[in-house]
Amino acid sequence: MLVIDNLHAEIDGKQILNGLTLTVNAGEVHAIMGPNGAGKSTLAYVLGGRPGYEVTGGSVTFMGQDLLELEPHERAAAGFFLGFQYPVEIPGVSNVQFLREALNSQRKARGQEPLSGGDFLKLAREKAGLLKMDMDMLKRPVNVGFSGGEKKRNEMVQMGILDPSFAVLDETDSGLDIDALRIVGEGINAIMRSPDKAVLLITHYQRLLDYVKPDHVHVLAKGRIVKSGGPDLALELESEGYEAVAA
Amino acid sequence: MTVATLPTSKAEEWRYADIPALARLDPGALDDWHAITVPAGESLADTLVLASAAPDVRRLRLTLGAGARAELFAVVAGGDYARLDIDVTMGRAAHFEFGGVTIGGGDAVREIVTRLRHAQPDATSNQVVRAVHWGQATGNFLGRVDVARHAQKTDAAQDFKGLLLERGAAANARPELEIYADDVKCAHGAAIGQMDEAARFYMASRGIAPDAARALLVRAFIADAFAAAEAEAGEALLETALAALEGAAL
Repeated sequence: MLVIDNLHAEIDGKQILNGLTLTVNAGEVHAIMGPNGAGKSTLAYVLGGRPGYEVTGGSVTFMGQDLLELEPHERAAAGFFLGFQYPVEIPGVSNVQFLREALNSQRKARGQEPLSGGDFLKLAREKAGLLKMDMDMLKRPVNVGFSGGEKKRNEMVQMGILDPSFAVLDETDSGLDIDALRIVGEGINAIMRSPDKAVLLITHYQRLLDYVKPDHVHVLAKGRIVKSGGPDLALELESEGYEAVAA
Repeated sequence: MTVATLPTSKAEEWRYADIPALARLDPGALDDWHAITVPAGESLADTLVLASAAPDVRRLRLTLGAGARAELFAVVAGGDYARLDIDVTMGRAAHFEFGGVTIGGGDAVREIVTRLRHAQPDATSNQVVRAVHWGQATGNFLGRVDVARHAQKTDAAQDFKGLLLERGAAANARPELEIYADDVKCAHGAAIGQMDEAARFYMASRGIAPDAARALLVRAFIADAFAAAEAEAGEALLETALAALEGAAL
């Protein structure tokens, strides 16, 4: 589903990704772990197409298409979702307005009919319920006045509504209390655990992986994957630290 | 026949105006003050749109009686120099509510110039002005508030924000407060900024195309100006303002 080959990328002339290679197949959940500054968030932003992140080499193929050739909004319409580490506040634009515009933009790009207001609200209510989020919060401006945990839950509600084929979740577990972590973990499973979908979880900690069991775990250091393994690798990292394992 | 002398940019209230454009106005337009009186205890609500392709100067002079209320909402989106002048004399405990938007590209100057004369005690006024410009366009808000010596308990607020969508566009804000009473509240704020790029990328990452994202953000930005308007009128003005953005080569 996603093939990253020898990816090099830089920000402001500083090389961050140094030949990263990774293949994620449909039906799989991969976790990327690694120390601060390893390039985890850069990978997420490069895949999402954030301006300022320059790809200097390598390729990314997403469901047969050259992902890097697509504009960020075209990537979304192609089924790619980026869960933000720091979701952005948008004063004056309600969640409902934002998400309906987003979903219908994607549907239009795929040649589908737009969803009516009523059908959209029904869908939004269902997905908000899945993440135990109050509908009233969806009527409020996007992420404005939301706590850290509420923002992350809102990311997952958005993912539920947009129903992508592939999601990169950048530290979705950070800022969550224990109950919220379980709810978010169960939400990810409900929305994305399917033979025709895949997830790339970027995390510092093993604990999210208790809820969302990864098929593969990778260690990212200095801009490349230095070690890959099964779920046990995460446990090993947790007990021994990155330095010992990635050395 | 005498020819009226045109103002120059030396006059404070004309300092950001497009002076050469004034010469292309209909003669007499500058002297054409439209006078409106709102009698004591009565209220007036009105909307105005300046969207002419030719230079357009609209001048209103309002007189509010004791306890009278006037609500005015305006979009200044002309294709050439466009100016809305509002001069209000406030009666005792009167209220004046104003929401205005200047929006547009090209190289036109669009401005809103208000003068509130708080001549009597207990009157309140609230002005919210938003400017959205691109190309080489300029948006101005000149807001003068005079509070007379005996106009105690005056509460006058004005808030201006400018959003510049491109380098080359400009916005000027000039609050001018002359306060001779000592028990008054006069709040004013002015800020000028650019589009929030983080918000735009966030919207793009959810599938919203750049022009649609910009329209949503601009709508949210200017909505403040019409928040106090009656819902239907406010929505109509929002649509009018946003129509100026459609088809803009950005």
